Amino acid sequence: MARLVFLGRLEDVAGMPQTEVPPGPVEQVLAALAPELAVALLDEKVRMALNGRLIGDRGAVVLGKGDELAFLPPVSGG
Amino acid sequence: MAAGAEMADVRLALDPFDPAAEIAAFNAAHPHAGGIVTFLGQVRLTGGVEALELKHYAPMTLPGMEELARAVRARWLLEGLSIIHRSGVMRPGDPIVLVCAAARHRRDAFAAADFAMDHLKSQSWFWKREKTAAGWRWIEPRAEDFTDLARWDHSASR
Repeated sequence: MARLVFLGRLEDVAGMPQTEVPPGPVEQVLAALAPELAVALLDEKVRMALNGRLIGDRGAVVLGKGDELAFLPPVSGG
Repeated sequence: MAAGAEMADVRLALDPFDPAAEIAAFNAAHPHAGGIVTFLGQVRLTGGVEALELKHYAPMTLPGMEELARAVRARWLLEGLSIIHRSGVMRPGDPIVLVCAAARHRRDAFAAADFAMDHLKSQSWFWKREKTAAGWRWIEPRAEDFTDLARWDHSASR
């Protein structure tokens, strides 16, 4: 299995902080989620990190077994 | 560069910290610094806010803060740098973030702390929400946070 992690407000949209999904291309993984969640995750302001590293080309991601894909909405610290 | 200039103390605090004790220890550790700037960010007391929660993402938050500390040290000649940022639930008056910058001369210390704070606010991996009687609400970055950040793009590095 692979893991999806939802940060910030995305945790509320998902109703959970993370979930396990079958490995595969990211579009296939997102298509299996609730449509409302998939739309929120694909917002242009949401960045993605694969195993702790930001990724540029979101469409090209293929999740392998044990991979962790994090969805990062706009940050607000301090 | 003075001994110790390569070092920065960067911490993600999961529990409350004591800013006065941290500042005293930092000051004592940097006797060669002619100027030390400390910035403390705390949960402001405003009508209705009962709590503030900062969330982080372990694989990226502390590594990102360490990278920020390296960028600050590369940009200004510092005797020392400390960055402490809370994660977790806080109440009004609780410290959120402490930045200490020690330099031979004050302008480097002021600028380094200012730069570090602008990047902690809007370019570090934290997500903030506040609790009122109506429940929890996520706080999006403000437009000023981005204009604050943009000031550094065009300024000379030293």
